[in-house]
Amino acid sequence: MEIKGRKFLGYRRENGRVGVRNHVIVLPVDDISNAAAEAVANNIKGTLALPHAYGRLQFGADLDLHFRTLIGIGCNPNVAAVIVIGIEPGWTKKVVDGIKSTGKPVEGFWIEQNGDHNTICAASKKAREFVQHASEVQREECDINELWVSTKCGESDTTSGLASCPTTGNAFDKLYDAGCTLVFGETSELTGGEHLVAERCATPEVREQFQAMFDGYSDMIDRYKTSDLSESQPTKGNIEGGLTTIEEKALGNIQKIGKRCQVDGVLDKAEAPTGSGLWFMDSSSAAAEMVTLCAAAGYVVHFFPTGQGNVIGNPILPVIKICANPRTMRTMSEHIDVDVTHILRREMDMDQAGDALLEMMLRTANGRHTAAEALGHREFVMTRLYESA
Amino acid sequence: MSIDFVVHDADDSVGVAVVEGIQAGQELTGWVMQEDQTITCQVSDPIPIGHKLAIRDLAEGDAVMKYSIDIGRVIKPIKKGEHLHVHNVKTKRW
Repeated sequence: MEIKGRKFLGYRRENGRVGVRNHVIVLPVDDISNAAAEAVANNIKGTLALPHAYGRLQFGADLDLHFRTLIGIGCNPNVAAVIVIGIEPGWTKKVVDGIKSTGKPVEGFWIEQNGDHNTICAASKKAREFVQHASEVQREECDINELWVSTKCGESDTTSGLASCPTTGNAFDKLYDAGCTLVFGETSELTGGEHLVAERCATPEVREQFQAMFDGYSDMIDRYKTSDLSESQPTKGNIEGGLTTIEEKALGNIQKIGKRCQVDGVLDKAEAPTGSGLWFMDSSSAAAEMVTLCAAAGYVVHFFPTGQGNVIGNPILPVIKICANPRTMRTMSEHIDVDVTHILRREMDMDQAGDALLEMMLRTANGRHTAAEALGHREFVMTRLYESA
Repeated sequence: MSIDFVVHDADDSVGVAVVEGIQAGQELTGWVMQEDQTITCQVSDPIPIGHKLAIRDLAEGDAVMKYSIDIGRVIKPIKKGEHLHVHNVKTKRW
């Protein structure tokens, strides 16, 4: 399929970026503001609260990542408008100001010296205005090269490396040629195949940056490990599905970046890319963490190959699941958007599978709910670098 | 012809069961994806779907090859047709 030049119906935001969803979110700055945020979302239909566990006494790079994640989620073009609620005004305003740079409607509220009642009341009034504003925003025709697509696989098994990850790779090769902005990550999950990613880096500088990120993550594992990580990486589910070592898992994982894409640059966690092409994000391999980081970096559609059946979703980023395991398709098909079991029966080639995924991507971008969206999977999980002060 | 297991590359040591219910003693048909060839292998263990069977004999210390790349170290001798997994293969990393 020629994907170049294809159109989809997206939401063009104030800063020119294009989203495929139109969420009004209620974003707590910290854990103790979750209750107020959830109360606002309960009051005002069409809003979505994003409760999380962090935001107090963090410091240094960990605090920077906290702000980058929250601001990035607010800036994501799948979000039309944002209510920010924090315990105090300082950090609340910092998040509001970060999101305001996009030009989208955003307003902050804080609880100290107001209490939950007054905060919820004021924030609900503004949230009602934002929902009505968002409900009048129309989809418009957008070019495929305006789409930002992320990938990360989960509960992988051997069928992931045989079929669902190469399907994603085939689609990534085509999207790369069409000028899209792509990302992959899962630093520890390249172990045993990191040389293959290094070989794909576009320049010696990118290769050096990639290697430094990989070595840094490996050093962290060496510092804390108490075993060879079997049952953690690969997970117990991976092993149940037939994957034996991290090397085997990594070689399957790497199929997601296709055969032709180059790695054009590297990103820190939740960092937005500065141009089109394929980016590597230094990140956890845990599904909800990595997908949340992709959402915070500004990606609007996600490809998620699974073997054993990871059920993850994200509140603002539609997660398209691809599966090649016939047992998983038999037992939990309600979680899967693209069935590529035909590949392992030799009834479908990789090019056809890649096209099937791209067709589902276009339908999803145009508004079709993914399985994860229909089932209400909204895992919003922020990455932490170390303990709070 | 229906396929019971799939091999990435011709020089790999393993195939992956892609059907459910493979029993010990069964004669299986495998598809080598890269070369688009068909091979056969008799298994001596039940192989759950997604799990691997050795398609050649492997000695302790041998590298297990998949995707034509080393995926780990054999810790107990494995005969062609046997189940190959965490009980007889370990990572070389970490």
